[in-house]
Amino acid sequence: MGLPMMMERSSNNNNVAELSRVAVSDTHGEDSPYFAGWKAYDENPYHESHNPSGVIQMGLAENQVSFDLLETYLEKKNPEGSMWGSKGAPGFRENALFQDYHGLTSFRQAMASFMEQIRGGKARFDPDRIVLTAGATAANELLTFILADPNDALLVPTPYYPGFDRDLRWRTGVKIVPIHCDSSNHFQITPEALESAYQTARDANIRVRGVLITNPSNPLGATVQKKVLEDLLDFSVRKNIHLVSDEIYSGSVFHASEFTSVAEIVENIDDVSVKERVHIVYSLSKDLGLPGFRVGTIYSYNDNVVRTARRMSSFTLVSSQTQHMLASMLSDEEFTEKYIRINRERLRKRYETIVEGLKKTGIECLKGNAGLFCWMNLGFLLDNKTKEGELELWDVILKELKLNISPGSSCHCLEFGWFRVCFANMSEKTLDIALKRIHEFMDRRRRF
Amino acid sequence: MTRTETNRSRSSNSNSENSGDGGGGTTGMRIIVPLQGVVQGRGGLFLGSVIPCAFFYFFQFYLKRNRKNESDNSGEQNSSASTPNSVSNSGFPDPTRSQSAGHLTELTGLPRSLSRILLSPRHSGGAVSVSGRVNSVIKGGDSPYYVGQKRVEEDPYDELGNPDGVIQLGLAQNNKLSLDDWDLENPKEAISDGLSISGIASYEPSDGLMELKMVVAGFMTEATKNSVSFDPSQLVLTSGASSATEILSFCLADSGNAFLVPTPCSPGYDRDIKWRTGVDIIHVPCRSADNFNISMVVLDRAFYQAKKRGVRIRGIIISNPSNPMGSLLSRENLYALLDFARERNIHIISNEIFAGSVHHEEDGEFVSMAEIVDTEENIDRERVHIVYDLSKDLSFPGLRSAAIYSFNESVLSASRKLTTLSPVSSPTQHLLISAISKPKFVQRFVNSNRQRLQSTYTLLVKGLKDLGIECTRSNGGFYCWADMRGLMSSYSEKGEIELWNKLLNIGKINVIPGSCCHCIEPGWFRFCFSNLSESDVPVVMNRIRKVCETCKSQN
Repeated sequence: MGLPMMMERSSNNNNVAELSRVAVSDTHGEDSPYFAGWKAYDENPYHESHNPSGVIQMGLAENQVSFDLLETYLEKKNPEGSMWGSKGAPGFRENALFQDYHGLTSFRQAMASFMEQIRGGKARFDPDRIVLTAGATAANELLTFILADPNDALLVPTPYYPGFDRDLRWRTGVKIVPIHCDSSNHFQITPEALESAYQTARDANIRVRGVLITNPSNPLGATVQKKVLEDLLDFSVRKNIHLVSDEIYSGSVFHASEFTSVAEIVENIDDVSVKERVHIVYSLSKDLGLPGFRVGTIYSYNDNVVRTARRMSSFTLVSSQTQHMLASMLSDEEFTEKYIRINRERLRKRYETIVEGLKKTGIECLKGNAGLFCWMNLGFLLDNKTKEGELELWDVILKELKLNISPGSSCHCLEFGWFRVCFANMSEKTLDIALKRIHEFMDRRRRF
Repeated sequence: MTRTETNRSRSSNSNSENSGDGGGGTTGMRIIVPLQGVVQGRGGLFLGSVIPCAFFYFFQFYLKRNRKNESDNSGEQNSSASTPNSVSNSGFPDPTRSQSAGHLTELTGLPRSLSRILLSPRHSGGAVSVSGRVNSVIKGGDSPYYVGQKRVEEDPYDELGNPDGVIQLGLAQNNKLSLDDWDLENPKEAISDGLSISGIASYEPSDGLMELKMVVAGFMTEATKNSVSFDPSQLVLTSGASSATEILSFCLADSGNAFLVPTPCSPGYDRDIKWRTGVDIIHVPCRSADNFNISMVVLDRAFYQAKKRGVRIRGIIISNPSNPMGSLLSRENLYALLDFARERNIHIISNEIFAGSVHHEEDGEFVSMAEIVDTEENIDRERVHIVYDLSKDLSFPGLRSAAIYSFNESVLSASRKLTTLSPVSSPTQHLLISAISKPKFVQRFVNSNRQRLQSTYTLLVKGLKDLGIECTRSNGGFYCWADMRGLMSSYSEKGEIELWNKLLNIGKINVIPGSCCHCIEPGWFRFCFSNLSESDVPVVMNRIRKVCETCKSQN
């Protein structure tokens, strides 16, 4: 018995108990440029008057364009009760105590009705199928834990949100196999790309458990076409796998008619074995601009998934105070209709401003119709159309222009030179300044 | 069963999961040749029994290696084993009861679960399959823990509105005791202070605002009567103690490793420590003869037994004040545990979520593990991690805010990143900051909280004593650990469940049976008294008396 102990000690030269592989792995992805840019911003943040030459944050997909609408609502309707829902402070008691992972019924109903409104009533949502989580990040991880076992894979179209590397893989042990998309067809998913990804996984002896898409897409800022959704559902049925649709930007589509949710596709399907493979993720962080509130949801047509997700949500419950606060607001249809409409309009305007502004400097963007960002093509500026070339350019933009944008390679895009630029987390003035800096940069380059 | 030499050496090299590979090949040859001999009439009885046994062990090992996912399955099956319909191995408790039961299900579980996942659409609820983690939920729903909660939800007791409803004594909430203080001390204006939307809506560090960490650190310091000064920068905030415990499990152990957990323990550990992490729990039984104190001898034995089986222990998890007994660990105990951890180079997770709810101090004081390592060298501090939960001490379960406190920078760094998956909601953080940072209020709240816990506890314990039911001494937290062995029809798990059923259905009270807490001796029950007002206690006593009479007439 002495021997094994000594072996353990000598293998650990400072005799401190080791940590797990999960703890020491870098799957959290925070060393990628995606996060490195944030750090640069944190160290030198732009401020209109205090720090006009600081780094402008264009790498964070936050929606600040419609705060005033929320504030006005809360002041007018519920000045005192806003913290505690319609009951005011007496609601405190229920608030503080409630810790049921089912979530407040009133809040789930409010979420269901809000999600229906966003889709123009084209799909219905049953509040009992809504599971609450502390953010979409948690929702995606939860679904991954539920739908896949360690070493299985999810197919995810590229380019995709860099956070997926962490959310879908870190603790779950599940792999991501990319479905490669490119600009030849505006980065839409093709059946060939799907098959190819599936085959890649099979060749490596990896079991595919599902496809996970983001609709509207991050970082593309574009909705997924209805035909593609139908193809995806077909594919899922044929391969007998799941289909997860992360629709957290659904309320940020500039024209409501251009968005088709997977919920619409399954709305008229009766075949349970088809419906049960579809799951939707939603959050209030993007559409309502409330990321700090940490409200996410999983909507599943599969009873076992709902049941398990509820239990698992014990690890990531939404504060009851937050639920109360938002329940009355979200179920106020007059308010939500107005909010959604105005929010879309403002985002559209911002998008047009930035795209026009970039066009004037000779930079094209992917034709987008949703989200808080645009997908900008700087491929023509690269001497080497490689990842290194792209990162060099990114570095220049960060250090010289003091703009934090996200390089396509951090989104696993195989075409180099694309960048995601967020435009909704700043004032119009700041956006102007960012465009000016780009303008000057392009001018300088042209002179050489 | 005999163990072969090959098996033993494989176990001690079990740090890597592939240790079996090389051994399997050559061992195969060693089996085949003598087997030929047996078949041809040579070799005799000895080889004829040793070889099949060895083969059986290798097969078991191979299955175990290739089936890491199912370990959740068998673990969950274990925790739900205490249902009326489950297998009860024997009438008498066996020190390795839960472990051997676990192995049984592991052996028989493989073909069944595989078929469930791949071939049998019926069981997975549709044509498309889900992960192994789902099956454990579908099966585990029958645990008394969940059944009881459901009954309370369906038929909750209310003094005026529903006097015959089910009284909740199974959930550690602290609502009746101190909420009035909250309402008086915190007028709405104070709460909504500085809570404009733009101030709280944006992304903030997922591990919590520094302001809130400072407030939490202050609260934790207060709970130790200032013997420890907690550093806010060593705190990581997350949405609940379950999340904190799970995060630590993910950080300190790999899938397939195990933690030592003295029992009886919190029923939530099976989920928090094992479910998604693939980490196992090795129960270290404590006995009533020792007042359920942790025996270092038993702890040692459990460690080495695990090692022999090839299971790597990464740490020990204690709770102080303990759940379910409510006892305080002595300084000597804590030092001994630290020594134990140091000698084996493992971690200690100290669950101190009831630190602020110590209600009887005459015969003991709360000593935090942080205080024990305060004077130790750096290295030992790095193996200690504390879980704290605001909700328990402040009657705030719905607000979801708990904390990990660690001296280990790597653990803090990993935990911080993991809180992106379970952050505390921003308006909630601001509310807590504004509410808790009033020191006078906190003092008063904590004191009145303790007083009320003390008086309800005293009433309850006396009431139970009058009915012939003794409780262990509880100094902190919300639980009484009651000895109801005298009321069981048989001294067995079955007898305990029968009694639990009677308490729920005849007595209409929801209490947690000891088996949910993995108590090795049947007949103990956990009563949570923090959500009882003084007038509720006699009602509870009457209900129990009814059950006692039923039991006596039946026995």
